[in-house]
Amino acid sequence: MHDISLPAPPAYRGNSPHPLTNRHLWALALALVVACGVFLFWGGGWQSSYILQLRLVKLGGLLCVGASVGVATVLFQTLTNNRILTPAIMGFDALFLLMKTVLVFFSTALSLQFWDNTTVFLGDTAMMIGATMAIFAAVLRRARHDIQLLVLVGVIFGLLFRTITGFLQRLLDPSEFAMLQADMFAQFGGIDRDALTIAATLMGALFIWLAGSHRRLDVLALGRNSAQSLGLRYDRLQLQVLAAIAVLVSVSTALVGPLAFLGLLVSALTHSLMRSHRHGLLLPAAALIACLILVTGQTLFERILNLQSSLAVVIEFCGGLLFLTLLARGKIK
Amino acid sequence: MIDVSHLSYVIADHQILNDITTQLPRNQITALIGPNGAGKSTLLGAIARQLTPSVGEVRIGGENLTQIDPQVLAKRMAIVAQQLHVGSRIRVADLVGFGRWPHSQGRLSAADNAAISDALKRFDLTALHHRFLDELSGGQRQRAFLAMAYTQDTDWLLLDEPLNNLDLKHARSLMAHLRQMVDHGGKSVVVVLHDLNFTLAWADHVVAMRAGQVVFSGPTTEVATSIALSDLYQTEIEVTSLNDRRFALYHR
Ligand SMILES: Nc1ncnc2c1ncn2[C@@H]1O[C@H](COP(=O)(O)OP(=O)(O)O)[C@@H](O)[C@H]1O
Ligand SMILES: [Mg+2]
Repeated sequence: MHDISLPAPPAYRGNSPHPLTNRHLWALALALVVACGVFLFWGGGWQSSYILQLRLVKLGGLLCVGASVGVATVLFQTLTNNRILTPAIMGFDALFLLMKTVLVFFSTALSLQFWDNTTVFLGDTAMMIGATMAIFAAVLRRARHDIQLLVLVGVIFGLLFRTITGFLQRLLDPSEFAMLQADMFAQFGGIDRDALTIAATLMGALFIWLAGSHRRLDVLALGRNSAQSLGLRYDRLQLQVLAAIAVLVSVSTALVGPLAFLGLLVSALTHSLMRSHRHGLLLPAAALIACLILVTGQTLFERILNLQSSLAVVIEFCGGLLFLTLLARGKIK
Repeated sequence: MIDVSHLSYVIADHQILNDITTQLPRNQITALIGPNGAGKSTLLGAIARQLTPSVGEVRIGGENLTQIDPQVLAKRMAIVAQQLHVGSRIRVADLVGFGRWPHSQGRLSAADNAAISDALKRFDLTALHHRFLDELSGGQRQRAFLAMAYTQDTDWLLLDEPLNNLDLKHARSLMAHLRQMVDHGGKSVVVVLHDLNFTLAWADHVVAMRAGQVVFSGPTTEVATSIALSDLYQTEIEVTSLNDRRFALYHR
Protein backbone atom coordinates (compact mmCIF):
# COMPACT_ATOMS: atom_id res chain seq x y z
CA MET A 1 0.00 0.00 0.00
CA HIS A 2 2.98 2.30 0.37
CA ASP A 3 5.15 1.33 -2.57
CA ILE A 4 5.13 4.42 -4.77
CA SER A 5 5.97 7.80 -3.28
CA LEU A 6 3.26 10.09 -4.60
CA PRO A 7 2.97 13.71 -3.47
CA ALA A 8 1.35 13.64 -0.05
CA PRO A 9 -2.46 13.87 -0.38
CA PRO A 10 -4.28 16.55 1.61
CA ALA A 11 -4.45 15.26 5.15
CA TYR A 12 -7.73 14.34 6.75
CA ARG A 13 -8.31 17.09 9.27
CA GLY A 14 -11.28 15.80 11.18
CA ASN A 15 -14.98 15.95 10.58
CA SER A 16 -18.03 18.03 11.34
CA PRO A 17 -17.04 21.43 12.65
CA HIS A 18 -19.85 23.10 14.55
CA PRO A 19 -22.51 24.75 12.32
CA LEU A 20 -21.91 28.08 14.10
CA THR A 21 -18.42 28.18 12.61
CA ASN A 22 -19.76 28.07 9.07
CA ARG A 23 -19.04 31.20 7.03
CA HIS A 24 -21.93 30.71 4.62
CA LEU A 25 -24.47 30.59 7.42
CA TRP A 26 -23.14 33.80 8.96
CA ALA A 27 -23.17 35.54 5.58
CA LEU A 28 -26.77 34.47 5.00
CA ALA A 29 -27.80 35.58 8.48
CA LEU A 30 -26.15 38.96 8.00
CA ALA A 31 -27.80 39.43 4.61
CA LEU A 32 -31.15 38.56 6.13
CA VAL A 33 -30.73 41.05 8.97
CA VAL A 34 -29.92 43.78 6.44
CA ALA A 35 -32.88 42.79 4.26
CA CYS A 36 -35.20 42.90 7.27
CA GLY A 37 -33.90 46.33 8.25
CA VAL A 38 -34.49 47.67 4.77
CA PHE A 39 -37.96 46.15 4.69
CA LEU A 40 -38.91 47.73 8.01
CA PHE A 41 -37.45 51.21 7.68
CA TRP A 42 -37.22 52.05 4.01
CA GLY A 43 -40.08 54.24 2.91
CA GLY A 44 -41.12 55.91 6.15
CA GLY A 45 -40.95 53.08 8.63
CA TRP A 46 -39.22 55.13 11.31
CA GLN A 47 -41.70 57.99 11.14
CA SER A 48 -44.84 56.16 12.02
CA SER A 49 -45.10 53.46 14.63
CA TYR A 50 -48.37 52.40 12.98
CA ILE A 51 -46.63 51.60 9.69
CA LEU A 52 -43.82 49.96 11.57
CA GLN A 53 -46.25 47.71 13.43
CA LEU A 54 -47.98 46.67 10.24
CA ARG A 55 -44.63 45.91 8.68
CA LEU A 56 -43.47 43.96 11.71
CA VAL A 57 -46.47 41.64 11.46
CA LYS A 58 -45.88 41.23 7.75
CA LEU A 59 -42.18 40.60 8.29
CA GLY A 60 -42.98 38.03 10.97
CA GLY A 61 -45.25 36.30 8.48
CA LEU A 62 -42.61 36.28 5.77
CA LEU A 63 -39.99 34.87 8.14
CA CYS A 64 -42.32 32.16 9.46
CA VAL A 65 -43.31 31.13 5.96
CA GLY A 66 -39.74 31.20 4.67
CA ALA A 67 -38.38 29.17 7.55
CA SER A 68 -41.16 26.61 7.38
CA VAL A 69 -40.99 26.16 3.59
CA GLY A 70 -37.20 25.86 3.65
CA VAL A 71 -37.06 23.41 6.54
CA ALA A 72 -40.03 21.36 5.34
CA THR A 73 -38.46 20.96 1.91
CA VAL A 74 -35.11 19.77 3.23
CA LEU A 75 -36.83 17.36 5.63
CA PHE A 76 -39.03 15.98 2.88
CA GLN A 77 -36.09 15.46 0.56
CA THR A 78 -34.23 13.65 3.31
CA LEU A 79 -37.21 11.41 3.88
CA THR A 80 -37.66 10.55 0.20
CA ASN A 81 -33.93 10.46 -0.63
CA ASN A 82 -34.07 12.88 -3.53
CA ARG A 83 -33.53 16.52 -4.31
CA ILE A 84 -36.34 17.27 -6.71
CA LEU A 85 -39.52 16.65 -4.82
CA THR A 86 -40.95 19.06 -2.31
CA PRO A 87 -44.02 18.78 -0.08
CA ALA A 88 -45.76 21.29 -2.35
CA ILE A 89 -45.02 19.34 -5.53
CA MET A 90 -46.38 16.27 -3.80
CA GLY A 91 -49.66 18.07 -3.12
CA PHE A 92 -49.22 18.54 0.64
CA ASP A 93 -50.56 22.09 0.70
CA ALA A 94 -53.51 21.06 -1.44
CA LEU A 95 -54.11 18.44 1.23
CA PHE A 96 -54.04 21.09 3.94
CA LEU A 97 -56.61 23.17 2.07
CA LEU A 98 -58.75 20.08 1.64
CA MET A 99 -58.59 19.37 5.36
CA LYS A 100 -59.51 22.96 6.10
CA THR A 101 -62.41 22.86 3.67
CA VAL A 102 -63.65 19.62 5.15
CA LEU A 103 -63.55 21.20 8.59
CA VAL A 104 -65.48 24.26 7.39
CA PHE A 105 -67.90 22.01 5.51
CA PHE A 106 -68.85 20.31 8.73
CA SER A 107 -68.55 23.53 10.70
CA THR A 108 -72.23 23.76 11.56
CA ALA A 109 -72.19 20.21 12.86
CA LEU A 110 -69.01 20.93 14.80
CA SER A 111 -70.27 24.40 15.82
CA LEU A 112 -67.08 25.81 14.42
CA GLN A 113 -68.26 29.38 14.71
CA PHE A 114 -67.80 29.11 18.47
CA TRP A 115 -64.19 27.95 18.16
CA ASP A 116 -61.45 30.50 18.46
CA ASN A 117 -58.83 30.87 15.75
CA THR A 118 -56.23 28.91 17.69
CA THR A 119 -58.45 25.87 18.10
CA VAL A 120 -59.45 25.91 14.43
CA PHE A 121 -55.83 26.14 13.36
CA LEU A 122 -54.74 23.35 15.69
CA GLY A 123 -57.67 21.26 14.43
CA ASP A 124 -56.58 21.81 10.84
CA THR A 125 -53.00 20.92 11.70
CA ALA A 126 -53.97 17.77 13.59
CA MET A 127 -56.08 16.58 10.65
CA MET A 128 -53.20 17.39 8.35
CA ILE A 129 -50.77 15.26 10.38
CA GLY A 130 -53.21 12.34 10.33
CA ALA A 131 -53.86 12.59 6.60
CA THR A 132 -50.14 12.90 5.79
CA MET A 133 -49.29 9.79 7.79
CA ALA A 134 -52.06 7.84 6.09
CA ILE A 135 -50.89 8.84 2.63
CA PHE A 136 -47.28 8.15 3.47
CA ALA A 137 -48.05 4.70 4.80
CA ALA A 138 -50.23 3.91 1.79
CA VAL A 139 -48.10 5.27 -1.04
CA LEU A 140 -44.88 7.13 -0.40
CA ARG A 141 -43.20 4.45 1.67
CA ARG A 142 -43.51 1.96 -1.19
CA ALA A 143 -42.94 4.24 -4.16
CA ARG A 144 -39.96 6.03 -2.63
CA HIS A 145 -37.38 4.48 -4.93
CA ASP A 146 -39.23 5.39 -8.09
CA ILE A 147 -39.07 9.16 -8.46
CA GLN A 148 -41.06 9.29 -11.67
CA LEU A 149 -43.83 7.37 -10.00
CA LEU A 150 -43.66 9.74 -7.03
CA VAL A 151 -44.00 12.81 -9.26
CA LEU A 152 -46.98 11.21 -10.95
CA VAL A 153 -48.57 10.29 -7.64
CA GLY A 154 -47.98 13.84 -6.40
CA VAL A 155 -49.57 15.44 -9.44
CA ILE A 156 -52.56 13.13 -9.27
CA PHE A 157 -53.00 13.64 -5.54
CA GLY A 158 -52.71 17.40 -5.91
CA LEU A 159 -55.34 17.36 -8.62
CA LEU A 160 -57.58 15.07 -6.61
CA PHE A 161 -57.29 17.19 -3.47
CA ARG A 162 -57.98 20.41 -5.38
CA THR A 163 -60.95 18.90 -7.17
CA ILE A 164 -62.53 17.63 -3.99
CA THR A 165 -61.80 20.95 -2.32
CA GLY A 166 -63.45 22.81 -5.21
CA PHE A 167 -66.45 20.51 -5.10
CA LEU A 168 -66.95 20.93 -1.38
CA GLN A 169 -66.60 24.69 -1.65
CA ARG A 170 -69.40 24.82 -4.17
CA LEU A 171 -71.64 23.26 -1.57
CA LEU A 172 -70.75 25.84 1.06
CA ASP A 173 -72.89 28.84 1.81
CA PRO A 174 -71.31 32.26 1.16
CA SER A 175 -70.40 33.02 4.77
CA GLU A 176 -68.63 29.68 5.15
CA PHE A 177 -66.90 30.19 1.84
CA ALA A 178 -65.57 33.51 3.04
CA MET A 179 -63.75 31.66 5.83
CA LEU A 180 -61.71 29.86 3.17
CA GLN A 181 -61.30 32.25 0.32
CA ALA A 182 -58.28 34.08 1.66
CA ASP A 183 -56.35 30.83 2.01
CA MET A 184 -56.79 29.54 -1.51
CA PHE A 185 -54.12 31.66 -3.22
CA ALA A 186 -50.69 32.72 -2.07
CA GLN A 187 -51.08 36.13 -0.46
CA PHE A 188 -48.50 37.99 1.53
CA GLY A 189 -50.82 40.90 2.20
CA GLY A 190 -53.16 40.21 5.08
CA ILE A 191 -51.33 38.12 7.62
CA ASP A 192 -53.43 37.48 10.66
CA ARG A 193 -51.78 38.39 13.96
CA ASP A 194 -53.31 35.51 15.94
CA ALA A 195 -52.35 32.99 13.29
CA LEU A 196 -48.83 34.39 13.34
CA THR A 197 -48.53 33.91 17.10
CA ILE A 198 -49.62 30.27 16.91
CA ALA A 199 -47.42 29.62 13.91
CA ALA A 200 -44.38 31.12 15.59
CA THR A 201 -45.00 29.08 18.75
CA LEU A 202 -45.39 25.80 16.86
CA MET A 203 -42.31 26.49 14.79
CA GLY A 204 -40.29 27.48 17.81
CA ALA A 205 -41.06 24.14 19.47
CA LEU A 206 -40.24 22.30 16.27
CA PHE A 207 -36.94 24.08 15.77
CA ILE A 208 -35.87 23.24 19.31
CA TRP A 209 -36.54 19.59 18.50
CA LEU A 210 -34.60 19.88 15.23
CA ALA A 211 -31.65 21.52 16.97
CA GLY A 212 -31.36 18.39 19.08
CA SER A 213 -32.01 15.91 16.26
CA HIS A 214 -30.14 17.21 13.24
CA ARG A 215 -27.36 14.63 13.60
CA ARG A 216 -29.87 11.81 13.59
CA LEU A 217 -31.31 13.27 10.40
CA ASP A 218 -27.88 12.92 8.78
CA VAL A 219 -28.06 9.20 9.55
CA LEU A 220 -31.68 8.96 8.41
CA ALA A 221 -30.60 10.37 5.05
CA LEU A 222 -28.28 7.41 4.48
CA GLY A 223 -31.31 5.23 3.94
CA ARG A 224 -33.03 2.55 5.94
CA ASN A 225 -30.48 -0.26 5.94
CA SER A 226 -27.42 1.85 6.65
CA ALA A 227 -29.22 3.89 9.29
CA GLN A 228 -30.52 0.82 11.08
CA SER A 229 -27.17 -0.90 11.11
CA LEU A 230 -25.77 2.21 12.78
CA GLY A 231 -28.37 1.76 15.51
CA LEU A 232 -30.87 4.46 14.52
CA ARG A 233 -34.55 3.75 15.22
CA TYR A 234 -35.38 4.52 11.63
CA ASP A 235 -39.13 4.00 11.52
CA ARG A 236 -39.78 6.11 14.59
CA LEU A 237 -37.69 9.02 13.38
CA GLN A 238 -39.31 8.77 9.95
CA LEU A 239 -42.75 9.27 11.45
CA GLN A 240 -41.56 12.14 13.63
CA VAL A 241 -40.06 13.88 10.61
CA LEU A 242 -43.26 13.37 8.67
CA ALA A 243 -45.29 14.93 11.47
CA ALA A 244 -42.85 17.85 11.51
CA ILE A 245 -43.32 18.36 7.77
CA ALA A 246 -47.10 18.27 8.17
CA VAL A 247 -46.93 20.96 10.87
CA LEU A 248 -44.64 23.17 8.77
CA VAL A 249 -46.80 22.87 5.65
CA SER A 250 -49.86 23.69 7.74
CA VAL A 251 -48.14 26.76 9.14
CA SER A 252 -47.06 28.20 5.82
CA THR A 253 -50.27 27.35 3.99
CA ALA A 254 -52.42 28.79 6.74
CA LEU A 255 -50.40 32.01 6.78
CA VAL A 256 -50.09 32.79 3.07
CA GLY A 257 -51.59 29.96 1.02
CA PRO A 258 -50.03 27.41 -1.30
CA LEU A 259 -46.55 28.07 -2.76
CA ALA A 260 -45.78 25.29 -5.19
CA PHE A 261 -42.21 25.97 -6.24
CA LEU A 262 -40.57 28.15 -3.58
CA GLY A 263 -39.33 25.03 -1.79
CA LEU A 264 -37.67 23.66 -4.90
CA LEU A 265 -35.92 26.96 -5.58
CA VAL A 266 -34.70 27.08 -1.99
CA SER A 267 -33.42 23.50 -1.88
CA ALA A 268 -31.53 23.91 -5.17
CA LEU A 269 -29.86 27.08 -3.88
CA THR A 270 -29.14 25.50 -0.50
CA HIS A 271 -27.41 22.46 -1.94
CA SER A 272 -25.33 24.44 -4.39
CA LEU A 273 -24.22 26.84 -1.66
CA MET A 274 -23.60 24.42 1.21
CA ARG A 275 -22.43 21.29 -0.64
CA SER A 276 -22.88 19.23 2.49
CA HIS A 277 -25.06 16.38 3.70
CA ARG A 278 -25.24 17.73 7.25
CA HIS A 279 -28.62 18.91 8.44
CA GLY A 280 -26.96 21.15 11.00
CA LEU A 281 -25.96 23.23 7.97
CA LEU A 282 -28.71 22.44 5.46
CA LEU A 283 -31.69 23.25 7.67
CA PRO A 284 -30.60 26.73 8.81
CA ALA A 285 -29.29 27.54 5.33
CA ALA A 286 -32.58 26.58 3.69
CA ALA A 287 -34.56 28.58 6.24
CA LEU A 288 -32.32 31.65 5.79
CA ILE A 289 -32.34 31.46 2.00
CA ALA A 290 -36.12 31.15 1.86
CA CYS A 291 -36.55 34.11 4.22
CA LEU A 292 -34.07 36.13 2.20
CA ILE A 293 -35.95 35.47 -1.04
CA LEU A 294 -39.28 36.40 0.50
CA VAL A 295 -38.14 39.53 2.35
CA THR A 296 -36.08 41.02 -0.49
CA GLY A 297 -38.72 40.01 -3.02
CA GLN A 298 -41.46 41.65 -0.99
CA THR A 299 -39.41 44.83 -0.49
CA LEU A 300 -38.75 44.99 -4.20
CA PHE A 301 -42.34 44.48 -5.28
CA GLU A 302 -44.00 46.56 -2.59
CA ARG A 303 -41.67 49.58 -2.44
CA ILE A 304 -39.99 49.80 -5.82
CA LEU A 305 -42.39 48.28 -8.31
CA ASN A 306 -45.48 49.14 -6.31
CA LEU A 307 -47.00 45.78 -7.12
CA GLN A 308 -48.59 44.57 -3.92
CA SER A 309 -49.47 41.03 -4.82
CA SER A 310 -47.16 39.76 -7.55
CA LEU A 311 -44.33 38.32 -5.43
CA ALA A 312 -45.94 34.89 -5.24
CA VAL A 313 -46.47 34.85 -8.98
CA VAL A 314 -42.83 35.65 -9.72
CA ILE A 315 -41.47 33.13 -7.22
CA GLU A 316 -43.74 30.48 -8.65
CA PHE A 317 -42.64 31.38 -12.14
CA CYS A 318 -38.92 31.10 -11.33
CA GLY A 319 -39.39 27.92 -9.32
CA GLY A 320 -41.57 26.39 -12.01
CA LEU A 321 -38.95 27.23 -14.62
CA LEU A 322 -36.29 25.56 -12.47
CA PHE A 323 -38.46 22.46 -12.09
CA LEU A 324 -38.91 22.22 -15.87
CA THR A 325 -35.17 22.73 -16.41
CA LEU A 326 -34.37 19.93 -13.98
CA LEU A 327 -36.92 17.74 -15.73
CA ALA A 328 -35.47 18.51 -19.15
CA ARG A 329 -31.89 17.94 -18.01
CA GLY A 330 -32.87 14.47 -16.89
CA LYS A 331 -32.16 15.23 -13.24
CA ILE A 332 -35.46 13.60 -12.37
CA LYS A 333 -34.85 9.93 -12.80
CA MET B 1 -20.72 -17.31 18.55
CA ILE B 2 -23.66 -16.61 16.30
CA ASP B 3 -26.25 -19.33 16.54
CA VAL B 4 -28.75 -19.62 13.73
CA SER B 5 -31.56 -22.04 14.42
CA HIS B 6 -34.39 -23.20 12.16
CA LEU B 7 -34.33 -19.95 10.24
CA SER B 8 -36.78 -19.65 7.36
CA TYR B 9 -37.57 -16.64 5.23
CA VAL B 10 -40.44 -16.46 2.78
CA ILE B 11 -41.37 -13.62 0.43
CA ALA B 12 -44.42 -13.91 -1.76
CA ASP B 13 -44.71 -17.70 -1.39
CA HIS B 14 -41.07 -18.05 -2.35
CA GLN B 15 -39.02 -19.92 0.23
CA ILE B 16 -35.69 -18.12 0.18
CA LEU B 17 -34.23 -19.55 3.38
CA ASN B 18 -35.36 -23.02 4.33
CA ASP B 19 -34.85 -24.16 7.91
CA ILE B 20 -31.26 -23.03 8.31
CA THR B 21 -29.42 -24.18 11.41
CA THR B 22 -25.75 -23.39 11.68
CA GLN B 23 -23.15 -21.85 13.94
CA LEU B 24 -20.67 -19.13 13.10
CA PRO B 25 -17.66 -19.48 15.38
CA ARG B 26 -16.23 -16.56 17.32
CA ASN B 27 -12.79 -15.23 16.57
CA GLN B 28 -12.52 -16.85 13.16
CA ILE B 29 -12.99 -15.95 9.52
CA THR B 30 -16.09 -17.72 8.25
CA ALA B 31 -16.60 -17.92 4.50
CA LEU B 32 -20.18 -18.12 3.28
CA ILE B 33 -20.10 -19.79 -0.12
CA GLY B 34 -22.53 -21.17 -2.67
CA PRO B 35 -23.95 -20.51 -6.13
CA ASN B 36 -25.84 -17.32 -7.07
CA GLY B 37 -29.26 -17.14 -5.53
CA ALA B 38 -28.38 -19.59 -2.75
CA GLY B 39 -29.60 -17.14 -0.13
CA LYS B 40 -26.24 -15.97 1.23
CA SER B 41 -27.14 -12.29 1.18
CA THR B 42 -30.52 -13.02 2.68
CA LEU B 43 -28.95 -14.99 5.53
CA LEU B 44 -26.49 -12.18 6.19
CA GLY B 45 -29.36 -9.68 6.17
CA ALA B 46 -31.28 -11.78 8.70
CA ILE B 47 -28.23 -11.99 10.96
CA ALA B 48 -27.79 -8.22 10.75
CA ARG B 49 -31.51 -7.77 11.51
CA GLN B 50 -32.14 -6.01 8.23
CA LEU B 51 -35.01 -8.38 7.58
CA THR B 52 -37.26 -10.31 9.90
CA PRO B 53 -37.26 -14.09 9.48
CA SER B 54 -40.60 -15.84 9.05
CA VAL B 55 -39.58 -18.65 11.40
CA GLY B 56 -36.58 -19.32 13.62
CA GLU B 57 -34.15 -17.18 15.53
CA VAL B 58 -30.63 -15.87 15.62
CA ARG B 59 -28.64 -15.70 18.84
CA ILE B 60 -25.49 -13.72 19.21
CA GLY B 61 -23.36 -14.65 22.22
CA GLY B 62 -26.41 -16.49 23.57
CA GLU B 63 -28.66 -13.42 23.36
CA ASN B 64 -31.69 -13.44 21.10
CA LEU B 65 -31.12 -10.95 18.30
CA THR B 66 -34.60 -9.46 18.60
CA GLN B 67 -34.01 -8.60 22.28
CA ILE B 68 -30.94 -6.47 21.68
CA ASP B 69 -31.30 -2.69 21.72
CA PRO B 70 -30.47 -1.26 18.27
CA GLN B 71 -27.78 1.03 19.67
CA VAL B 72 -26.11 -1.85 21.49
CA LEU B 73 -26.31 -4.08 18.43
CA ALA B 74 -24.66 -1.40 16.31
CA LYS B 75 -21.64 -1.58 18.58
CA ARG B 76 -21.49 -5.35 18.28
CA MET B 77 -22.14 -5.94 14.60
CA ALA B 78 -21.39 -4.11 11.36
CA ILE B 79 -22.41 -5.15 7.85
CA VAL B 80 -21.25 -4.17 4.38
CA ALA B 81 -24.03 -5.09 2.00
CA GLN B 82 -23.72 -6.35 -1.55
CA GLN B 83 -25.60 -3.38 -2.96
CA LEU B 84 -23.76 -0.30 -1.84
CA HIS B 85 -25.95 2.74 -1.80
CA VAL B 86 -26.63 5.67 0.46
CA GLY B 87 -29.39 8.21 0.07
CA SER B 88 -27.35 11.36 0.53
CA ARG B 89 -24.60 12.84 -1.62
CA ILE B 90 -21.71 12.49 0.71
CA ARG B 91 -17.92 12.60 0.87
CA VAL B 92 -15.72 9.59 1.60
CA ALA B 93 -14.46 10.91 4.95
CA ASP B 94 -18.02 11.69 6.06
CA LEU B 95 -19.19 8.19 5.15
CA VAL B 96 -16.33 6.63 7.06
CA GLY B 97 -17.14 9.00 9.93
CA PHE B 98 -20.64 7.54 10.19
CA GLY B 99 -18.94 4.34 11.36
CA ARG B 100 -18.34 6.17 14.65
CA TRP B 101 -22.02 7.04 15.03
CA PRO B 102 -22.89 4.15 17.39
CA HIS B 103 -20.10 5.32 19.70
CA SER B 104 -20.34 9.09 19.52
CA GLN B 105 -23.81 9.87 18.09
CA GLY B 106 -22.33 12.26 15.57
CA ARG B 107 -20.21 14.32 17.95
CA LEU B 108 -16.77 13.23 16.83
CA SER B 109 -14.04 13.36 19.45
CA ALA B 110 -10.33 13.53 18.73
CA ALA B 111 -10.17 9.76 19.23
CA ASP B 112 -12.99 9.29 16.70
CA ASN B 113 -11.17 11.43 14.18
CA ALA B 114 -8.00 9.42 14.76
CA ALA B 115 -9.97 6.21 14.12
CA ILE B 116 -11.38 7.67 10.90
CA SER B 117 -7.95 8.78 9.78
CA ASP B 118 -6.58 5.30 10.50
CA ALA B 119 -9.37 3.61 8.53
CA LEU B 120 -8.79 5.95 5.58
CA LYS B 121 -5.14 4.95 5.61
CA ARG B 122 -5.81 1.25 5.96
CA PHE B 123 -8.18 1.17 3.02
CA ASP B 124 -5.98 3.37 0.87
CA LEU B 125 -8.50 6.20 0.82
CA THR B 126 -6.51 9.09 2.25
CA ALA B 127 -6.04 10.69 -1.15
CA LEU B 128 -9.75 10.29 -1.89
CA HIS B 129 -11.18 11.39 1.44
CA HIS B 130 -12.60 14.63 0.09
CA ARG B 131 -14.29 13.08 -2.97
CA PHE B 132 -18.00 12.50 -3.26
CA LEU B 133 -18.99 8.83 -3.36
CA ASP B 134 -20.51 9.15 -6.81
CA GLU B 135 -17.15 10.35 -8.13
CA LEU B 136 -15.45 7.03 -7.25
CA SER B 137 -14.88 3.80 -9.12
CA GLY B 138 -16.73 0.68 -7.97
CA GLY B 139 -13.72 -0.67 -6.11
CA GLN B 140 -12.96 2.64 -4.42
CA ARG B 141 -16.55 2.94 -3.28
CA GLN B 142 -16.43 -0.60 -1.97
CA ARG B 143 -13.35 0.32 0.05
CA ALA B 144 -15.10 3.38 1.45
CA PHE B 145 -17.93 1.22 2.77
CA LEU B 146 -15.46 -1.31 4.14
CA ALA B 147 -13.62 1.51 5.92
CA MET B 148 -16.90 2.69 7.42
CA ALA B 149 -17.67 -0.77 8.80
CA TYR B 150 -14.10 -1.06 10.03
CA THR B 151 -14.42 2.25 11.87
CA GLN B 152 -17.55 0.95 13.58
CA ASP B 153 -15.15 -1.27 15.53
CA THR B 154 -17.60 -4.08 16.27
CA ASP B 155 -17.05 -7.63 17.54
CA TRP B 156 -18.69 -8.99 14.42
CA LEU B 157 -18.11 -7.87 10.86
CA LEU B 158 -20.38 -9.19 8.09
CA LEU B 159 -19.20 -8.61 4.52
CA ASP B 160 -21.22 -9.49 1.45
CA GLU B 161 -18.96 -10.18 -1.54
CA PRO B 162 -16.41 -7.52 -0.51
CA LEU B 163 -13.93 -8.64 -3.16
CA ASN B 164 -16.35 -8.04 -6.01
CA ASN B 165 -14.85 -4.86 -7.39
CA LEU B 166 -11.41 -4.98 -5.84
CA ASP B 167 -8.17 -5.39 -7.78
CA LEU B 168 -5.64 -8.05 -6.75
CA LYS B 169 -3.68 -5.81 -4.43
CA HIS B 170 -6.67 -4.46 -2.56
CA ALA B 171 -8.33 -7.86 -2.39
CA ARG B 172 -5.29 -9.39 -0.77
CA SER B 173 -4.81 -6.43 1.53
CA LEU B 174 -8.45 -6.63 2.67
CA MET B 175 -8.15 -10.32 3.51
CA ALA B 176 -4.90 -9.63 5.35
CA HIS B 177 -6.64 -6.91 7.37
CA LEU B 178 -9.44 -9.29 8.24
CA ARG B 179 -6.92 -11.93 9.28
CA GLN B 180 -5.14 -9.42 11.49
CA MET B 181 -8.41 -8.21 13.04
CA VAL B 182 -9.32 -11.79 13.88
CA ASP B 183 -5.90 -12.91 15.12
CA HIS B 184 -4.87 -9.79 17.01
CA GLY B 185 -8.02 -7.73 17.49
CA GLY B 186 -10.31 -10.46 18.83
CA LYS B 187 -12.86 -9.83 16.08
CA SER B 188 -15.05 -12.31 14.24
CA VAL B 189 -15.69 -12.05 10.51
CA VAL B 190 -18.32 -13.57 8.24
CA VAL B 191 -17.62 -12.99 4.59
CA VAL B 192 -19.42 -14.04 1.41
CA LEU B 193 -16.75 -15.16 -1.08
CA HIS B 194 -17.01 -16.31 -4.66
CA ASP B 195 -13.37 -17.04 -5.30
CA LEU B 196 -12.70 -20.46 -3.82
CA ASN B 197 -8.98 -19.75 -3.72
CA PHE B 198 -9.54 -16.88 -1.33
CA THR B 199 -11.75 -19.15 0.76
CA LEU B 200 -9.08 -21.85 0.90
CA ALA B 201 -6.33 -19.35 1.62
CA TRP B 202 -7.97 -17.29 4.35
CA ALA B 203 -11.10 -18.84 5.86
CA ASP B 204 -11.03 -20.89 9.05
CA HIS B 205 -14.59 -22.04 8.73
CA VAL B 206 -16.90 -22.56 5.77
CA VAL B 207 -20.68 -22.51 5.51
CA ALA B 208 -21.87 -23.71 2.10
CA MET B 209 -25.38 -22.91 0.94
CA ARG B 210 -27.54 -23.86 -1.98
CA ALA B 211 -31.22 -23.20 -2.66
CA GLY B 212 -31.83 -21.67 0.73
CA GLN B 213 -30.29 -24.52 2.70
CA VAL B 214 -26.94 -25.26 4.30
CA VAL B 215 -25.28 -28.06 2.32
CA PHE B 216 -22.25 -28.44 4.53
CA SER B 217 -20.28 -26.50 7.10
CA GLY B 218 -17.17 -26.93 9.20
CA PRO B 219 -13.46 -26.14 9.36
CA THR B 220 -12.18 -25.24 5.90
CA THR B 221 -9.46 -27.87 5.76
CA GLU B 222 -11.95 -30.63 6.62
CA VAL B 223 -15.01 -29.75 4.58
CA ALA B 224 -13.73 -27.92 1.48
CA THR B 225 -12.91 -31.02 -0.54
CA SER B 226 -13.04 -31.63 -4.27
CA ILE B 227 -16.14 -33.79 -3.97
CA ALA B 228 -18.04 -31.42 -1.67
CA LEU B 229 -17.27 -28.32 -3.72
CA SER B 230 -17.99 -30.00 -7.05
CA ASP B 231 -21.34 -31.08 -5.71
CA LEU B 232 -22.08 -27.63 -4.27
CA TYR B 233 -21.46 -25.73 -7.50
CA GLN B 234 -22.56 -28.58 -9.80
CA THR B 235 -19.35 -28.29 -11.79
CA GLU B 236 -16.03 -30.05 -11.61
CA ILE B 237 -13.64 -28.54 -9.05
CA GLU B 238 -10.32 -30.03 -8.03
CA VAL B 239 -8.67 -29.07 -4.75
CA THR B 240 -4.89 -29.57 -4.78
CA SER B 241 -1.93 -28.59 -2.65
CA LEU B 242 1.17 -26.72 -3.68
CA ASN B 243 3.85 -25.66 -1.21
CA ASP B 244 1.47 -26.48 1.64
CA ARG B 245 -1.19 -24.18 0.26
CA ARG B 246 -4.48 -25.40 -1.06
CA PHE B 247 -5.88 -24.33 -4.41
CA ALA B 248 -9.09 -24.91 -6.28
CA LEU B 249 -8.78 -25.60 -9.98
CA TYR B 250 -11.92 -24.97 -11.97
CA HIS B 251 -10.78 -22.70 -14.74
CA ARG B 252 -10.93 -25.21 -17.58
N1 LIG C 1 -36.87 -8.94 -2.91
C1 LIG C 1 -36.91 -10.18 -3.38
N2 LIG C 1 -38.08 -10.68 -3.86
C2 LIG C 1 -38.15 -11.94 -4.32
N3 LIG C 1 -37.11 -12.77 -4.36
C3 LIG C 1 -35.93 -12.34 -3.92
C4 LIG C 1 -35.76 -11.02 -3.39
N4 LIG C 1 -34.48 -10.88 -3.02
C5 LIG C 1 -33.87 -12.03 -3.30
N5 LIG C 1 -34.72 -12.92 -3.83
C6 LIG C 1 -34.44 -14.30 -4.24
O1 LIG C 1 -33.93 -14.96 -3.10
C7 LIG C 1 -32.92 -15.87 -3.48
C8 LIG C 1 -31.69 -15.64 -2.64
O2 LIG C 1 -31.16 -14.35 -2.93
P1 LIG C 1 -29.77 -13.88 -2.30
O3 LIG C 1 -29.84 -14.09 -0.83
O4 LIG C 1 -29.51 -12.51 -2.78
O5 LIG C 1 -28.75 -14.89 -2.95
P2 LIG C 1 -27.17 -14.88 -2.98
O6 LIG C 1 -26.69 -13.71 -2.19
O7 LIG C 1 -26.78 -16.19 -2.39
O8 LIG C 1 -26.77 -14.81 -4.42
C9 LIG C 1 -32.70 -15.70 -4.98
O9 LIG C 1 -33.36 -16.76 -5.64
C10 LIG C 1 -33.36 -14.40 -5.29
O10 LIG C 1 -33.90 -14.43 -6.58
MG1 LIG D 1 -25.70 -12.06 -2.71
